[in-house]
Amino acid sequence: MATIDSIQGATGSGTNAIPHLDVDPFALEFFDDPFPTHARLRDAAPVVYLDKWNVFGVARYAEVHAVLHDPATFCSSRGVGLSDFAKETPWRPPSLILEADPPAHTRTRAVLSRVLSPAVMKQIRDHFAANAEAKIDELLERRSFDAISDLAESYPLSVFPDAMGLKKEGREHLLPYAGLVFNAFGPPNALRQEAIERSAPHQAYVQEQCQRDNLAPGGFGACIHAQVDTGAITAPEAPLLVRSLLSAGIDTTVNGIGAAIYCLARFPDQLARLRQDPALARNAFEEAVRFESPVQTFFRTTTRDVEIGGSRIGEGEKVLMFLASANRDPRRWDNPDQYDITRRTSGHVGFGSGIHMCVGQLVARLEGEVLLTALARKVGGIEITGPVKRRYNNTLRGLESLPVTFTPA
Amino acid sequence: MPTITFIQPNNQSRIIEARDGESAMQVATSNGIDEIVAECGGNAMCATCHVYVDEQWIDRLAPMSGDEDALLDGAAAERLPNSRLSCQITMAPELDGLILRLPDRQI
Repeated sequence: MATIDSIQGATGSGTNAIPHLDVDPFALEFFDDPFPTHARLRDAAPVVYLDKWNVFGVARYAEVHAVLHDPATFCSSRGVGLSDFAKETPWRPPSLILEADPPAHTRTRAVLSRVLSPAVMKQIRDHFAANAEAKIDELLERRSFDAISDLAESYPLSVFPDAMGLKKEGREHLLPYAGLVFNAFGPPNALRQEAIERSAPHQAYVQEQCQRDNLAPGGFGACIHAQVDTGAITAPEAPLLVRSLLSAGIDTTVNGIGAAIYCLARFPDQLARLRQDPALARNAFEEAVRFESPVQTFFRTTTRDVEIGGSRIGEGEKVLMFLASANRDPRRWDNPDQYDITRRTSGHVGFGSGIHMCVGQLVARLEGEVLLTALARKVGGIEITGPVKRRYNNTLRGLESLPVTFTPA
Repeated sequence: MPTITFIQPNNQSRIIEARDGESAMQVATSNGIDEIVAECGGNAMCATCHVYVDEQWIDRLAPMSGDEDALLDGAAAERLPNSRLSCQITMAPELDGLILRLPDRQI
């Protein structure tokens, strides 16, 4: 496992030496149970070096937060995966927001922030809530079902594509496309290579669906295109910004909701607490995002020599941020390995932090809140009734299958 | 150290010492002021740290950004002329005695 192989002065010539660890955070065995290895990474040093992929890593909350909040030094325009766009051709045209730095990022970010603002959430809230109620009613009729396909996937797919204004045809490409995008942030392992090999039909669908004519009026997609008319963005930029929402707007919420259901199924005392006080639904979802961290990692690339956590990192180096580890760092959190729906979750980095913090966080919270509110009112118990299967992805943490039975309240 | 007086919706008030450079949101969340939710952790992205700034203090704060202005339109409680996001108020000696009223809801 994660032993410290060597401590080389060479990579830590600034101040503190940086320990080299033999950890592959993109291996299937790691995905099965990342938490003990996260603890070793945190305890080894503020900054570590992972020989397997020749990257620096930060796993403590303080350093992860510091990297997220210094985008001038830890840039995104060279890619937020392992691939360095300064040295390799990206597998798709780079994102105008995720894989961009200020000032270019500032303009595109403002557009998506407007499209997904708190004021817009007020408008879509009732519709999202009604669909959540209907979904829970339907599942209570069935009693036994798969909480991943029939709930965590099914609910976001019942609201988000319509909110985007997508055509009915071709939506089956959405989850495979998102899985591809998040696998592609990883190293050139089998997960990434196989996803890219199979990507052509999904990419073709997304490219077509991002065009203005294919987006229904009033949806998020049409709202993005409307920003062309105000001069905020150019016509060729609009489809790429729609693409950002299709890349990051579905699989993330699927895994967030899946995490919440899995938590409530494993920790019945927390389900009981939620049933007593359904107003805790929103925080129960937020705590699940902290606890499971559906988005586990992102990379940055250094733009200069920098000292962080008492260690020196040279220019042009990839730095892997272990968001999930920061979210369970005992230096920051009391009882971090406990799922506690009354916890003050503010400050967790499950949605990132700083200028690149998830632009769709309000949509994710809305979906999580209304679904868990309906569940809190209607469901008395959740029992896991079959084998729980993990789904492997280089960036996303979630399940493939979670067979459950719901008991009515 | 500058102090902030937080007035809760039931008119009870709490006076809390702040460190210079800390945001009013951080002061609230680290001192158990539950009316400040701060879901986004201080990134000016969620409008759940909404406060009403006492009239005598409103003009002494740094002006709000366009982002903050837009977010306040979506705040859960009514937006008033003295509405601000507490994550965007940075504490400094000249803000000693700042008075912030807390809305009855953030979500």
